[in-house]
Amino acid sequence: MSTKRYPGRDAIKTKGWFAAHRWLLLRRLSQFGFLALFMIGPMSGYYLVKGSIASSLTLDTLPLTDPYILLQTLAAGNVPEMTALIGALIVVAVYLVVGGRVYCAWVCPINIITDAAHWLRVRLDIHGGLKFTKAARYWVLGMTLVVAFLTGVVAWELVNPVTMIYRGLIFGLGWAWGAALALFLFDLLISERGWCGHLCPVGAFYGTLGKAAVFRVSAIHRDDCDDCMDCYAVCPEQQVLPPALKGARSGTGPVIDAGACTNCGRCIDVCALDIFQFGSRFAGPTATTSRSATDHDLKKAA
Amino acid sequence: MKQHGTKNAGARNRRKFLADTARTACGVGLTGLALAHLATAAKSRPVAALRPPGAGAENAFLSACIRCGLCVNDCPYPTLGLARIEDDVAVGTPYFVARDVPCEMCDDIPCVAACPTGALDKGLTNIDNARMGLAVLTDEETCLNFQGLRCDVCYRVCPVMGKAITLEYQPNTRTGKHASFIPTVHSEACTGCGKCEHACVLEDAAIKVLPSHIAKGKLGKHYRLGWKEKEKKGEALVKGITDLPDRMPDSAAEAKP
Repeated sequence: MSTKRYPGRDAIKTKGWFAAHRWLLLRRLSQFGFLALFMIGPMSGYYLVKGSIASSLTLDTLPLTDPYILLQTLAAGNVPEMTALIGALIVVAVYLVVGGRVYCAWVCPINIITDAAHWLRVRLDIHGGLKFTKAARYWVLGMTLVVAFLTGVVAWELVNPVTMIYRGLIFGLGWAWGAALALFLFDLLISERGWCGHLCPVGAFYGTLGKAAVFRVSAIHRDDCDDCMDCYAVCPEQQVLPPALKGARSGTGPVIDAGACTNCGRCIDVCALDIFQFGSRFAGPTATTSRSATDHDLKKAA
Repeated sequence: MKQHGTKNAGARNRRKFLADTARTACGVGLTGLALAHLATAAKSRPVAALRPPGAGAENAFLSACIRCGLCVNDCPYPTLGLARIEDDVAVGTPYFVARDVPCEMCDDIPCVAACPTGALDKGLTNIDNARMGLAVLTDEETCLNFQGLRCDVCYRVCPVMGKAITLEYQPNTRTGKHASFIPTVHSEACTGCGKCEHACVLEDAAIKVLPSHIAKGKLGKHYRLGWKEKEKKGEALVKGITDLPDRMPDSAAEAKP
């Protein structure tokens, strides 16, 4: 699909620049905020949060552990202690509410890198390259667990760029910046949205978790859609949009309930007609609230 | 006619799906092979890299450590660090190099307390029971004490002084009249903290902490040492053995009376 070069122009015109970048700005704030929480400790000597994204201890009381990494240790034959188990359960519970891949869009630092690569890719008009099926990441996820089982080593963490870069920023980067650069170039030159959108097993894990998540984006005013395609242009997982946005005729609800949706909220930002909204998946299977035609026309005319 | 078309489309879709799946499976399979190779290679840790107290065997440690760095955060000394990509140790795992900064053997063992997964065993409550490795006097040719000098630094910095390293007297054959004080490590007391290696005054340490499995030998299970068995039993194992007179070398026989 030829993506639009400057999606969201209409939104900026009707809503203003800040409103048209609201969720994007909040997301960046969140990503850098989490990173800052971890980095303050080693930099100042005063620890709010200890550890890293793999496992942490907040204010010396709240343990949090990445359930995917814990799953790898289980596959490798280790029975973890209570602290790690409780930490992982808390994390699972949180993502079951806010949406699994909220991890990808709101926490993971790699997202900043691959988003930047995509931004540049569109501006430099780079097309084509390596294509992966959307199922590839689930294969990779399975592979990481099989390798952990066969070798008895938490193997993916030897190469996982997500934890590597996070760990590097807290405990000393070394050559880990090379991994960041490699991912940037991979997404820029080799495969469009290749890493986060197709290959990363961390995203696959959280996406699987997110299939049951409560907090979702809903195309609640989908009847007003004027097919401008801006949301498609910015969506990192375009396949999740059609069922919710165009599902009125087939009776599919307006809630985007695909696990792959990262709840990044960029579709909400760029839509000049405010069709999308954050909400609960229990908003009802076919509940769409259509604003009156006059209301819609007034808005367009304005 | 139309039906025929859909049938063809269906077959095409099916073929595309199968081709895509096969392609993905092959790609991911090959990546998995490379990853498995990397994981296997990661098991051979460099000799100089020591694990924190309570880490146990390397294979078990690599299956349990999630590389979070909580042990590093709670280490009050600049001892522990997490392996970087270029470090030759499994990426992200905690380790220390004794020659640079040894383990200070904290009484409360904060690194073990911090570990959320059990990669560092909470069963370790007395730091004297830690076995991070085993000190070995690897080079008698350069060790100053072996030259008959009184260096003794490794002996004196040892936190388990007098137990993990003792000084054993040996005649100094060079001078013919002095004693050499030979630093001797005892595995039942050495924690592998690395203080001796760190303190060795030589340019390259003559005493080094090695992984226990490299440093230690192991007696065959069937092997019995006669004098120990005798001691255990309290008497000779076989009675009525004719004790023949000892034949000493002439010089010894002359010296004896």
